[in-house]
Amino acid sequence: MPEQPYTTVIGLEVHVQLATQSKLFCRCSTQFGAEPNTQTCPVCTGLPGTLPVMNAHAFELSLQTAIALNCDIPGFTKWDRKQYYYPDLPKGYQISQFDLPMSDDGYLEIADPKDRFEPKRVRILRAHLEEDAGKSVHDEAAGKADSEIDLNRTGTPLLEIVSEPDMRSSLEARAFLQELKLLLTYIGVSDCNMQEGSLRVDANVNLHLEKDSEKVATPIVEIKNMNSFRAVERAIDYEAKRQYDEWQETGRRLGESPKQTRGWDDAAGVTRGQRSKEESSDYRYFPDPDLMPVTTTAEQVEAVRAALPELPAGLRQRLGDDYSLGHYDADVLVNQGRPVVDYYLTAADASGDPKLTCNWVTQEVLRELKDKEITIEQFGVSAERLAGLVKGIDSGAIPGPRGREVFTTMLADDCDAQEATSKLGIEQVDESELVALCQKLVDANPKIVADVKAGKQQAVGALIGQAKAQNPNVDPGRVREICLELAQQS
Amino acid sequence: MSLLDRSACQLLADLKAGEISSVELTQASLDRIEAADEKVGAFLQQSGRAALAAAEQIDVRRAAGEQLGILAGLPVAVKDVLCDSTTTTTCASKMLANFRPPYDSTVVAKLRSADAVLVGRTNMDEFAMGGSTENSAVQLTRNPWDLQRAPGGSSGGAAACVAAGMVPLSIGTDTGGSIRQPAGLCGVVGMKPTYGRVSRYGLVAFASSLDQVGPLARTAEDVALLLEAIAGHDPRDSTSLEEATPAYSQSVSKPLENMRIGVVKEQFATGLNSEVETAVRDAIAVYESLGATVKEVELPHSKYGVAAYYVIAPSEASSNLARYDGAHYGHRTDQAEMMAELEAERKQLSESGDQRGLDNLDTPLIRMYRRSRAEGFGPEVKRRIMLGTYALSAGYYDAYYLKALKVRRLIRQDYDKAFEDVDLIAGPVTASPAFKLGEMVDDPLAMYLVDLYTVSANLAGLPGLSMPCGFSEAGLPIGLQLQAPPLKEQRLLKAAHMYQQTTDWHTRRPPET
Amino acid sequence: MAITRETVEKVALLARLKLSETELEKMTEQMGQIVGYVDQLSEVDTEGVEPMAHAVEVTNVFAEDVVAESLPREQALSNAPSSNERGYLVPAVLGD
Ligand SMILES: [Zn+2]
Repeated sequence: MPEQPYTTVIGLEVHVQLATQSKLFCRCSTQFGAEPNTQTCPVCTGLPGTLPVMNAHAFELSLQTAIALNCDIPGFTKWDRKQYYYPDLPKGYQISQFDLPMSDDGYLEIADPKDRFEPKRVRILRAHLEEDAGKSVHDEAAGKADSEIDLNRTGTPLLEIVSEPDMRSSLEARAFLQELKLLLTYIGVSDCNMQEGSLRVDANVNLHLEKDSEKVATPIVEIKNMNSFRAVERAIDYEAKRQYDEWQETGRRLGESPKQTRGWDDAAGVTRGQRSKEESSDYRYFPDPDLMPVTTTAEQVEAVRAALPELPAGLRQRLGDDYSLGHYDADVLVNQGRPVVDYYLTAADASGDPKLTCNWVTQEVLRELKDKEITIEQFGVSAERLAGLVKGIDSGAIPGPRGREVFTTMLADDCDAQEATSKLGIEQVDESELVALCQKLVDANPKIVADVKAGKQQAVGALIGQAKAQNPNVDPGRVREICLELAQQS
Repeated sequence: MSLLDRSACQLLADLKAGEISSVELTQASLDRIEAADEKVGAFLQQSGRAALAAAEQIDVRRAAGEQLGILAGLPVAVKDVLCDSTTTTTCASKMLANFRPPYDSTVVAKLRSADAVLVGRTNMDEFAMGGSTENSAVQLTRNPWDLQRAPGGSSGGAAACVAAGMVPLSIGTDTGGSIRQPAGLCGVVGMKPTYGRVSRYGLVAFASSLDQVGPLARTAEDVALLLEAIAGHDPRDSTSLEEATPAYSQSVSKPLENMRIGVVKEQFATGLNSEVETAVRDAIAVYESLGATVKEVELPHSKYGVAAYYVIAPSEASSNLARYDGAHYGHRTDQAEMMAELEAERKQLSESGDQRGLDNLDTPLIRMYRRSRAEGFGPEVKRRIMLGTYALSAGYYDAYYLKALKVRRLIRQDYDKAFEDVDLIAGPVTASPAFKLGEMVDDPLAMYLVDLYTVSANLAGLPGLSMPCGFSEAGLPIGLQLQAPPLKEQRLLKAAHMYQQTTDWHTRRPPET
Repeated sequence: MAITRETVEKVALLARLKLSETELEKMTEQMGQIVGYVDQLSEVDTEGVEPMAHAVEVTNVFAEDVVAESLPREQALSNAPSSNERGYLVPAVLGD
């Protein structure tokens, strides 16, 4: 049962910068971080007479993404002009898609490995391709009357992904964003760097509540300026509380006031209302006469689908089905990205023990990566060598408790498990030798034998210590078993 | 007889034969401009020195035996709406008075690579909006046949400079008749090619789905030559057709056989000036004498052409001209004056306690846009921006813009059907010969109706050609319009050439200007 | 549809044009005439007719994703009515 007297209803609009080399309608570079206004040309600065030509790769990437998001791909799509005046939009209109987007009606499944919410399918209303605007910088501190405009980003391809309002908590919203980002990274259509603006999120939030057993909804608020997933989470939580307070105060319902836009102030932890002119919503969309429509056949869609890499959801499923990993382990691996999963798969296949391999990867290997801030490709123990370690443990050649020592040596000396084992002087102890050693210890410690016989099994612990002192390679578990047996018999 | 009385094709032959040099010809053209343009006002700018330098280069290369382009050494005038990185491109607007494009339009680049000598930039209605060239923010252009009359428009300068013998060849643009109508009123040949035949890259857009660049000259052969130089697929223009360019200059002289000419009854109905009607009917009779069969065809939706056009063209224009906001290029209002104006308004509003007025007061940025645009655009451009903005705005889109697009398809379908039975459609270009300057300045709707016979070809994307087919009693040229199915420019050119072989209207020259 | 002065004022703001009193008056009248003429489109039966937004109806026109040189900054900014060495300058965009 939710503690709040309301349900938060959330829909997300995500803008993803597609990983093309050049812009959507001209051949200027999309490289981030260049000096202002050094990546522009007559086309992207909207000079009179210039014309756009669609980047083929941008369309391919948007197709791949839409298909991965289980969207329908209509046979016909076109480009429209969305008209508004802003100095970072030099043509006075943005080329976007209005009534016939390149994809619609998809979904993305989300789940929480910690089971804080039920797994669910978040519907995708549509995904469409459009061009980005530039940036305006206003240096208020300097007290300047003018803003400076940089058009480097103008015309960069963006895929706008719009979800249905299917999320019911900030946690779900965050899970959606994480899963979406993972998916985009797996297909390689975007670097999803939020700091560099390659992934931008706006959230539409309102509340559903009950008043005198009548279901009512509060006006929808669009939240902007959220620069991290954490910010999205916080902004939604803040906004839900704010809307509830406002509702209690005004009782205003959906439709009784225009849709409001509020900006998230991360430092202050609040959303603030943004000025909106009443005419600003009349974008006067109409088909761009400079761009031709694009048709896509079912065969093309199938070919793109077939060429897609394995997606996170399918991979989790396979790790469960074929490698017997639990949800949690599968999730940890998949969230690391494809290279770590590949490392795991190679190691698990070679070792024949997927579970133990998973433990080694998710614990030791990932900790090393994190500590040293390196990627799996830079990591010193290959998947094959890790498999060798796991096999050694499984066969008893490497006593379990000494595995970590072997791993550390493999890493430090850049060698395989066998070499590390011999370097450490680890040898398998022969069973008869072990029995003889235990017999000697039992004979030498009548007090302990008496205690064991009296039912104090833990007394045998002292013998394990003595056994290890005499031969470091003994398996403590086995020593305990043998000593207990011999003590009972004596 | 002046050099410039010869056709471009003749001049080309003379240049090749070494009888004249390009410098000589260019100088003759510049001299003629110098002598006549004070009265005509066809040129906004002429590039005398650069033109002579280019001509000299061509002469040198010719002397060295180099392979030269198909226009090598010929003076060509370009409408001031096609970007040329060597000079300003103003569109005859205050908005772009100082605009220097950092790139060349494809057409200008093609002219240069054809070794044409670009002698100057011609006057036009501001942003190509108008039918008389009176909407130029810079100057009037006068019709060389009667200096009290308009040359037509928007390519008025382009037509007048050919008519006045200043250049043999000139480039215009046609969105609703802007080549054919001034060609008709000035007694020269002008062609609007099939939409997509000539690249629009670098053509400052008025209405993108209707705009097309085309040639003007005195003969069909010359028009064929110039079209051959500028046509062709351009990867920078998504609407450019991937069609090979026929050798128009070669094929133009091959006569058409078994020609079937369509005539639209409604085009000869009320409103058509009787002198125009007679001249056009006579021209059709000439074709019959050349073996053509004439057949009546129907274009039932063409009567809605002007209405559809004056929704679609302003709608696209309102969007295309949104970029002129004083932010990145073009005219910007005086900012200090603007801030003072805003401050005064704010003061007045707060003194009168008008809170609503204060709330709705423009921000400095919005006021900068509004003042810059108000100052930079002339009345006709503003009118069309307003019309287009209205037609696209919420609540009116379906009734106007969408409806007009549907009527547009019906107009195209009418043509497709008509061209099942005929090869060409012949008719008037305008309802009457050149009108007096100032006659329609205050009646925009009357001015719009001048486009009655020409807009449909733009809406349908078809090629159309206008050529002189007679004169009024007052000595004003009368034009014949020929229209053909998409990509059938060759058919138009051949038909026009056949006519010019039989008649001599095109050899008449305006009284000395 | 009749064009009112209020409509013209609204459209002028949308179109970012500042019209004087006389211009507003004249515009209202002229737009009224033109829109009145254009209204004849409503006579046409367009049931089932597809809108025609392009004069030629080709599809799938693309360019390859290959970077080409951009304009030098100085040249890019050369037509700007107001600029500094980095970018275009406009009245503050934080207009509130
Ligand atoms: Zn660019």
